[in-house]
Amino acid sequence: MKKYIIQSIRLTLVLIVLLCIIYPISIALAGKLSKGNGAGEKITKNGKTIGYALLGQSFTKPEYFWGRPSAVSYNAAGSAGSNKGPSNPDYLKEVQSRIDTLLKYNPGLKKSEIPADMVTASGSGLDPNISEQGAAIQIARVAKTRKISEQKVKELVALNTIKPLMGLFGPSSVNVLKLNLALDNL
Amino acid sequence: MNTELIGIIATFLLTLVIAIPLGKYLAKVFAGEKVWTDFLKPLETGIYKLSGINIKEQMDWKQQLKALLTINVLWLVYGFFVLIFQHKLPLNPDGNPGMTPDLAFNTIISFVANCNLQHYSGESGVSYLTQQFVLMFLQFVSAATGIAAAVVLFKAFRDKTTTQLGNFWEFFIKAITRLLLPLSVIVALILTFNGTPASYDAKDQFISVQGDTVNVSRGPAAQFIAIKHLGTNGGGYFGANSAHPFENPSYLTNMVEVMSQTIIPLAMVIAFGYFIRRRKLAWTIFGVMTIGLFMLMIPTVTSELGGNPALAKMGISQTTGAMEGKEVRFGPAATAYWSTLTTVISTGSVNGMHDSTMPLTGLWQLLAMMINGFYGGCGVGLLNYFIYLIIAVFISGLMVGRTPEFLGHKVEAREIKIAALITLLSPFLILAGTAIASYVFTNHGNAAWAVQPKAWLNNPGFHGFSEMLYEVTSSNANNGSGFEGLGDNNIFWNVLTGVIIFLGRFLPIIGPVAIAGLLGAKKFIPESAGTLKTDTKTFALMTFAVILVLNALSYFPALALGPLAEYFTMLK
Repeated sequence: MKKYIIQSIRLTLVLIVLLCIIYPISIALAGKLSKGNGAGEKITKNGKTIGYALLGQSFTKPEYFWGRPSAVSYNAAGSAGSNKGPSNPDYLKEVQSRIDTLLKYNPGLKKSEIPADMVTASGSGLDPNISEQGAAIQIARVAKTRKISEQKVKELVALNTIKPLMGLFGPSSVNVLKLNLALDNL
Repeated sequence: MNTELIGIIATFLLTLVIAIPLGKYLAKVFAGEKVWTDFLKPLETGIYKLSGINIKEQMDWKQQLKALLTINVLWLVYGFFVLIFQHKLPLNPDGNPGMTPDLAFNTIISFVANCNLQHYSGESGVSYLTQQFVLMFLQFVSAATGIAAAVVLFKAFRDKTTTQLGNFWEFFIKAITRLLLPLSVIVALILTFNGTPASYDAKDQFISVQGDTVNVSRGPAAQFIAIKHLGTNGGGYFGANSAHPFENPSYLTNMVEVMSQTIIPLAMVIAFGYFIRRRKLAWTIFGVMTIGLFMLMIPTVTSELGGNPALAKMGISQTTGAMEGKEVRFGPAATAYWSTLTTVISTGSVNGMHDSTMPLTGLWQLLAMMINGFYGGCGVGLLNYFIYLIIAVFISGLMVGRTPEFLGHKVEAREIKIAALITLLSPFLILAGTAIASYVFTNHGNAAWAVQPKAWLNNPGFHGFSEMLYEVTSSNANNGSGFEGLGDNNIFWNVLTGVIIFLGRFLPIIGPVAIAGLLGAKKFIPESAGTLKTDTKTFALMTFAVILVLNALSYFPALALGPLAEYFTMLK
């Protein structure tokens, strides 16, 4: 028994060096070669960081495309979904009020055109994307507020659409932050 | 066919393409045969020397278990103190506080046990030191513990009669050097180059486009996420686990992560067959497990793609499926696929929130964790399945009136008693645990804990009951996922689930290893016309029936009160 205890202690120490020092530091060093130097790719404007490429942020003004509802208000120092069950009555009221908000700010929009992702909270609360349909229903509002042609906005949406992996696997989506920055740069 | 479905089919096929050769490779590694990774031998020799281990020393099954338990207890003590004192230790750039004793108790058991149930949130509850030197460390060694225990079982059936089951330390170390570490390096690099942070930089702050001040948690996450999946651990670096865009940046990384958690449990089944030179047995086991997987997965995917009927009534469009708690870049199909695998295999990482999935999806998730043997966790999945096999051997023996035998060894009263106890343990822990929680919730709603029992549940009615049932089931299965709406960071849940995780981990390791050790030491009976063959379709069907009947009898009432009741209420 005593032998096992001593072996356990020594083995644990050796493995801590291998697994907690050598392994993670090697990966961190290799990560320096990646975009964002392994600390998350930043998006800058006029030399200032205005966001992270992978993280969604809150957009509420009518001239911007809106992202998905977030349970943590896009606060990236935490992350969480709403954890609301599908039959929860309070939750269903919340969804209804999101539908009403969308209908109010997007005149002419039909209920049946609203995709589920625009009225449901994401898993992380930081979802950077919306569906193509989610972008499509906002084009008219954004174009009208910015006084530019719908055609121009449509083109930008197409440019910022992420196609399925290799055109074959998974859904397509639209990156909200990049799309809005493209609009600002017009 | 749409790209979301093609995506999950491709993911499954790719998993098979990797897992099958990996299984053959593992059989060779643990048998000590020549393999291409033998250039790592000097590293292993170095570890043996520094640790004072002589791998020529053969152990019987009791010595194997002693070694296993000794080192696991050591990790419990070591980790507990680091968690409590993390605020006084270095590498805490965000200044996060130390854990309360009950939270530290829960967290350390959870990570030693390969469960990774998390009652803290990664961003605010732990330091970088804790993430790497305790949590990530345990993700490696707990997976290796499970694999080594399974290899001990392999050893018992390789030779005709033996008490010499090899050296535990050798299996344990090789599981790390030949499998977990090299694969982790590959996966961590893929993640890093697709955007997952890997550096030790502290929290960042920026002003967003609309002028909000936003804080961003970062840190060495890629290294952690790689082993979290390969070792079927599942504990997230960030609170939202693999739904977080940093943990899982794209559809590509999603495929890599879900494959990482599947390949080793699959490979272990193949390795078993090649190691004991009974390939047909391995393929039959593999067949039963895969059919079981599909029976859980197909209805899950269907139920998520169908969307939420309550939202359909509001008149919106759910063309791709239910989206609450899911990320657009993965979509409902890949999220449903992941949710089945993460519950079938005891990973418990999530790329979408299980609490918000459809009632029937919740049913399949719960059932997958209750069965806990279709592939199952690293090594331990096969150990769980072995118990089902022994019960199936026993029942078939009774049915045809023969002495039950498994691989040439008589299965007698002692082995059956152990198998029966282990089988009864799960329903006992799950049902008693849920019952205690429900009792406290209904009768002691105002108890002065960090979260008062009346405020535990995030959802009312049947779904609230499911939240408690899920928490306890996930603990017993060492799964670690949760219906995360549950207010679980308080002394009641920390202690209850801590105890359940501990028992649900170590007894189901001790039991099968003991049975294997006992059987392996018995006289070998050559196969004759009267032998009950365990590698036939008939026996596979028998095992499947045993699994189905045992679990249906144990859990149907509880499932009826939770997800089933919610489903039928929503139909109205």
